[in-house]
Amino acid sequence: MPDLSINFAGIKAPNPFWLASGPPTNSGYQVMKAFDAGWGGAVWKTLGVPVINVSSRYGSINYRNTRMAGFTNIELITDRPLSDNLKEIEEVKKYFPNHAVIASLMVETKAEWHQIIKDSENAGVDGIELNFGCPHGMCERGMGSAVGQEPSVLKTIVEWVMEVAQVPVITKLTPNISHIVEPGLAAAKGGTDAISLINTIKSIVGIDLDTFVPYPVVGDKGTNGGYCGPAVKPIALEMLKELAKHPEIKHLPLSGIGGIETWRDAVEFILLGAGSLQVCTAAMHYGFGIVREMIAGLEQFMVEKNFETIEDFKGKALPNVTEWKHLDMNHKVIAQIDSSKCIGCELCYVACDDGAHQAIQLSETIGVRVPEVIEENCVGCNLCALVCPVEQCITMVDVTTNPTEVTWEEKTEAGKVPTTFDDDLAGGKHHYVPTVEDALKFRK
Amino acid sequence: MSEYKRPLSEAEFEKNFKQKKPLMNQTEAFYESSRCLFCYDAPCMNACPTAIDIPLFIKQINTGNVTGAAKTIFDANWLGNACGKVCPTGVLCEGACVYNLQDVPAIQIGRLQHYATEKVMREDIELFRAGEPNGRKVAVIGAGPAGIACACELRVMGYEVDIFEAKEKPSGLTVYGIAPYKITNEEALDEVEYLQKQLGFSIHYNHPISDEAALKDLENDYAAIFIGVGSGPTRSLLLKGEEKENVVGAVEWIEDLRMKHHELYVPERVVVIGGGNTAMDAASESARMGAKSVILAYRRDKERMGAYKFEYETAISAGVQSWFGIQPVEILGNGKVEGIRFVKTTDQNGRLEIIEGSEFDVPCDMVIKATGQAKLGGFLKQISGLELDSRNRIKVNSTTFQTTNPKYFAGGDAVNGGAEVVNACFDGKMAAKGIDLWLDSLL
Ligand SMILES: Cc1cc2nc3c(=O)[nH]c(=O)nc-3n(C[C@H](O)[C@H](O)[C@H](O)COP(=O)(O)OP(=O)(O)OC[C@H]3O[C@@H](n4cnc5c(N)ncnc54)[C@H](O)[C@@H]3O)c2cc1C
Ligand SMILES: Cc1cc2nc3c(=O)[nH]c(=O)nc-3n(C[C@H](O)[C@H](O)[C@H](O)COP(=O)(O)O)c2cc1C
Ligand code: SF4
Repeated sequence: MPDLSINFAGIKAPNPFWLASGPPTNSGYQVMKAFDAGWGGAVWKTLGVPVINVSSRYGSINYRNTRMAGFTNIELITDRPLSDNLKEIEEVKKYFPNHAVIASLMVETKAEWHQIIKDSENAGVDGIELNFGCPHGMCERGMGSAVGQEPSVLKTIVEWVMEVAQVPVITKLTPNISHIVEPGLAAAKGGTDAISLINTIKSIVGIDLDTFVPYPVVGDKGTNGGYCGPAVKPIALEMLKELAKHPEIKHLPLSGIGGIETWRDAVEFILLGAGSLQVCTAAMHYGFGIVREMIAGLEQFMVEKNFETIEDFKGKALPNVTEWKHLDMNHKVIAQIDSSKCIGCELCYVACDDGAHQAIQLSETIGVRVPEVIEENCVGCNLCALVCPVEQCITMVDVTTNPTEVTWEEKTEAGKVPTTFDDDLAGGKHHYVPTVEDALKFRK
Repeated sequence: MSEYKRPLSEAEFEKNFKQKKPLMNQTEAFYESSRCLFCYDAPCMNACPTAIDIPLFIKQINTGNVTGAAKTIFDANWLGNACGKVCPTGVLCEGACVYNLQDVPAIQIGRLQHYATEKVMREDIELFRAGEPNGRKVAVIGAGPAGIACACELRVMGYEVDIFEAKEKPSGLTVYGIAPYKITNEEALDEVEYLQKQLGFSIHYNHPISDEAALKDLENDYAAIFIGVGSGPTRSLLLKGEEKENVVGAVEWIEDLRMKHHELYVPERVVVIGGGNTAMDAASESARMGAKSVILAYRRDKERMGAYKFEYETAISAGVQSWFGIQPVEILGNGKVEGIRFVKTTDQNGRLEIIEGSEFDVPCDMVIKATGQAKLGGFLKQISGLELDSRNRIKVNSTTFQTTNPKYFAGGDAVNGGAEVVNACFDGKMAAKGIDLWLDSLL
């Protein structure tokens, strides 16, 4: 059996699955239940001066029959008194000395930071997380993403924290910025022990079409909320990669957050450099039991790939993420349709004809609905394979003829890239496009 | 009128006995698994006698961890593959699916279960290993579902296990009794082979344990003995003319069918007597074997039939006619069955009464008696101190499956009087744990 245990910036946990700061970590009761269900750690619901929340609070994107493909909230940090939270942290640590309990914190003044860190440490936390992310409510008061969006302020606060903290400090970043490296660097320079990302994304998930009020509705108004859940994973992965590859940040342990729901998501975050994983929405959707799928899947993956520890594959995808200009322009794939699997929906045809490069034609035989790829027109974009509803029916096959790699950068250096509007070197210069009149055939 | 042509080749047999729950393909499994809600305290799981973590394995299929899904299934149920095909899921897991309350089709749990386990079997993926030898030996009597499940569980715990089986194949009624449109012989045997390869229990075929001497030997050589002998042959009806040629017991006839397939000749006109699931199976099977007329005769009314509604419907859709409120009084014919004499009955608040003078004859060429299996009371009575209940079922402790002779444990049909494969699997597994607990307690 592979070893799932981690040591994240000095915080030890039996596995990398932590509950992210949020409603599932609002109380000792929940955190205890979660540990019993298999979670390796929990970042407590952000502590600070307690707030008053509104009702309602959550909204979601339901994509077809999938509920909560994206999720939003307009809750603030904890609304419970600090002393209650600290008492419960202490009790949880007694029951679970080997699980990670991390206090998420958000206060304003240096004195408050120093005090709350001491109080948390006295309660027995294994680490603290600085919440510089909340994109609603708190930022209006100069906290949360207001800090996360201002690198110099962020750095100053991290420095305050590092002056006193005895336990490892994780700085949690907001994605609501134009380039994640800036707050990342500020946190690193401020001396943080680790970084976690992402917090929620500023968003409006939808509008009630009868009342014209955005969701979640509070009376007759709504406000922007923080977006999370499966839909945000790609954004989180990209930002994680940016930090994990950055020469001045990559030495820091990174905790991946955003849309993690299955073992696959978990593996992807680890492959891009995450040393621990935080989950909020999936636990809110399915309860703590969802972790058993993640653990079982991660273990199975590690067995199949012969990895003994998380470290064995952490960051393994990073060398393969490069800049566009370094991609091989001689590499060529084209679509291939397995006619024995095709069910004749013709989605690939219309996707290619209307939405891509007119490289799929319908069969000329009446009654046959299996489309055909016009190989010379296919640019290898993947669209048909993506829309195809049958597993492994459309595959992209390698037809590279020139095995020597050539990149945009090399081509540029060699003067082999188009430079004028009507340059003969234009990539699509000799690519087939139907005539304008060909469109008229479709008129009814 | 029967809908089926008499099968003359294996291919025709397979066509007539087309699998009711065929293997899903990848796309189907993906779509179907994506519908699962991952209910909390899932009703499907509660409805499964082996309590498989169904939401988990379905989610695992959906996330591409099909091997993990199979592991989840086998962890709870050693014959998870067979159960996916033969369980009456409509009254178990799928019947409990919350979608039923929304008039949305229940998740096809059985087929998903089969999909996941079939993959690891086909690819021969090793999921289990025998435990470190613990120096203890257990004998298992009967290689049916109960015996196999018990053996697997014991092997994982490091026991050495010898199974003694009267017949030449393992799987018990899964291969000899269940309708061929639910599971093929190959499928049933493949699963046992797959498990045996990983866990290495020995099966001694054609090795019935039938007398006291044999039992004594087992008692001397083994630390504990598990009895998984199932039920006995079809019970006699004590009917005049019952000895005539072509009057057959359902389980014996079905065994013949399962072994001979199209080579078994089924005559034109068949009467099946009984109202349980076995009767429904025998009737469906006769129809699929090309009998021109198949009559299902039950002595009470339709509502009182023991059979599941879906099994009755399977029989009817195969072209079987059902006659209720009639009871056989005599089998007619000269050496060979030529007909059967019935009398009409009425049901007086549960008490069956014969209507005097209502006799009538039905011509037929074969009578299949599906009126219950006898218990193996005779054999079991040779085990000293082994108590049976009034219906000759072995009495056991309901959690450890220990019998009243402490060295013997028992499970499956021999204990429950005839239930499903899944119940036998649960019993066998629990009995193995019971054996371990008991032997530990002797230390
Ligand atoms: C016609 C029919 C249809 C059925 N259909 C279904 C179905 O669709 N789905 C379902 O889930 N269940 C079905 N069942 C029930 C299911 O087959 C049984 O519940 C299950 O097989 C019981 O398992 P078991 O191990 O207790 O006994 P069995 O399967 O009966 O196995 C007992 C084994 O012990 C052997 N044995 C007996 N005596 C001795 C001895 N003295 N020495 C050595 N070996 C011995 C036998 O040869 C046999 O291999 C059906 C049963 C019948 C009769
Ligand atoms: C209702 C709700 C409340 C949250 N509250 C906090 C919070 O108090 N502190 C914090 O750092 N993050 C908070 N978050 C953000 C989560 O910790 C997490 O960063 C984000 O939801 C992305 O992860 P997910 O896609 O797994 O939900 C909250 C998220 C939700 C949905
Ligand atoms: S989940 Fe439903 S019941 Fe629970 S607090 Fe929210 S609105 Fe109320």
